[in-house]
Amino acid sequence: MTTLVGEPHIGYQADDPRVVPPLPDAPSGDTAAVRIDRVSKVFSGRRGKVAALDNVSLSVTPGEFVCLLGASGCGKSTLLNLISELDSPTDGTVTTAGRPALMFQESALFPWLTAGQNIALALKYAGVPRKQTKARIEELLDLVRLSGHSDRRIHELSGGQRQRVALARALGQDSRVLLMDEPFAALDAITRDVMHDELTRVWKATGNSIVFVTHNVREAVRLGQRVVLLSSRPGRVVRDWKVDIKGPRTIEHPEVGALAAEITVRLREEIASHARP
Amino acid sequence: MPALDDSVISRDEVEREDTAAVGAGLDALEEPDRIREPWWRKLGSSIVPPLLALVVVLVIWEVVYLLGVKPEVMLPSPAAVFDELLRLLQGGQAWETIRTSLSRGLVGFAMAIVAAVPIGLAIARFNWLRTSVGPLLSGLQSMPSVAWVPLAILWFQISPAMIYMVVLLGAVPSIANGLTAGIDQVPPLYSRVGHVLGLGWWGQARHVLLPASLPGFLAGLRQGWAFSWRSLMAAELIVTSSKLGFGLGQLMNQGRDMSDAPLLYSGLILIFVVGVGVELIMFRPLERAILDARGLAAKKR
Repeated sequence: MTTLVGEPHIGYQADDPRVVPPLPDAPSGDTAAVRIDRVSKVFSGRRGKVAALDNVSLSVTPGEFVCLLGASGCGKSTLLNLISELDSPTDGTVTTAGRPALMFQESALFPWLTAGQNIALALKYAGVPRKQTKARIEELLDLVRLSGHSDRRIHELSGGQRQRVALARALGQDSRVLLMDEPFAALDAITRDVMHDELTRVWKATGNSIVFVTHNVREAVRLGQRVVLLSSRPGRVVRDWKVDIKGPRTIEHPEVGALAAEITVRLREEIASHARP
Repeated sequence: MPALDDSVISRDEVEREDTAAVGAGLDALEEPDRIREPWWRKLGSSIVPPLLALVVVLVIWEVVYLLGVKPEVMLPSPAAVFDELLRLLQGGQAWETIRTSLSRGLVGFAMAIVAAVPIGLAIARFNWLRTSVGPLLSGLQSMPSVAWVPLAILWFQISPAMIYMVVLLGAVPSIANGLTAGIDQVPPLYSRVGHVLGLGWWGQARHVLLPASLPGFLAGLRQGWAFSWRSLMAAELIVTSSKLGFGLGQLMNQGRDMSDAPLLYSGLILIFVVGVGVELIMFRPLERAILDARGLAAKKR
């Protein structure tokens, strides 16, 4: 199967939500935490070329929490790889304020190290002086409510605890941007619910920008200030919702449900358009 | 550096009151048991069964001996072999022979590690080497070490070099294969994490690749030791010469030549004990430490 890259979009048609205007040229003193400018990514495989991302533009301001939403094949993970410089775009530019931290669906903690040593490794490469390491580890573990768990082995921790240590390790990198690739997808619903609260609290406490990839609409609305829906094969920005819900936001919140319903309709349309006749 | 100060936001704006309590409850419910077995029970469960098996073997031996199935020159009584062992140990002859063989085995093993590590690394790294040399190396693993002895004698005559050649050919393939397998088993996710954390190639090697491949490498080392020891005994049994000193193989040959069954049986027992002893003293604790830390130790059902 060969998928060709779509024609580049030249003009901006306001009535077509699929077409995203190119970002204005970065002004001097650009403050975006992440700026993705007209990025395309094509993978060349044995069966021809596959466009994973097509002309995606997205900007994340400092301290902003953005959720990327999409079905399989929308290139969410490709986008994160581009932002974290694990891969480079075929076309367009990605600029980030410093090297971003990245969290995965699996905790990806090193099992031969203790929880504290895992964090210490991140601190070491973030240039934290050795003398401050111990105090900083405790500080980070405290932030994810795991005080006193520094000497625990990874297999001695529960799934939720592992993701919290992974979060602490990511925060230990001391970057202004935190990328999260479906970090709670493997957790049970109750633990995930608690993790949502914890992540929101940590985000407010640290003031980091977060780009959170998920395929769970409610999760996206529960967490994000913005929810960006991506199309599949190739990934394009379909629509961008601003989540404006006052007060404590839970997954059961009626406004969360209402917006999630609206986004789900759009997501289902997008998925249905891929059905083969 | 981001502020880690909770006071900048009011908590109630972000979370429900019971979040901390629910989280703590989940932790308590989900945390795996940390109950440790008392050391004496652990020791008992790992030492008593093999000892029992040993006693059973000795009893069967004694019974077969008493039944007189085989003449005494072929099957001496356990007591006679025990006396012979005691004599060898007290006379110091046993220690001397063990020292000769063991030092040779360990030196050969060390040489095998030195030779095998670059080979294993290269095979893991270069695909063309893997497809070309890999199968050859696996094939070598199934070669009986004894088969190398005539060739080794042809090359090095009767000398320690000849023995080391046999030991190396026996042990190197296992160790190299173990290392390659260990590296292959490293999840690609770990290297991605390393990259995200900002590790360079040296950092990746030191902090990710090396520790992650350690369990597989250790398995290769263990097998490599077994092969070293076997190859050494094969070489010692076939070649007896004053140039080679007097090892366990030569001790058994002496028993055969003099039709001294207790001496021959003593030699067998010593070879077994040294092989198992090295395994228990060198590899078991290492393996325990490496696997326990990763939570990979075999769990009892």
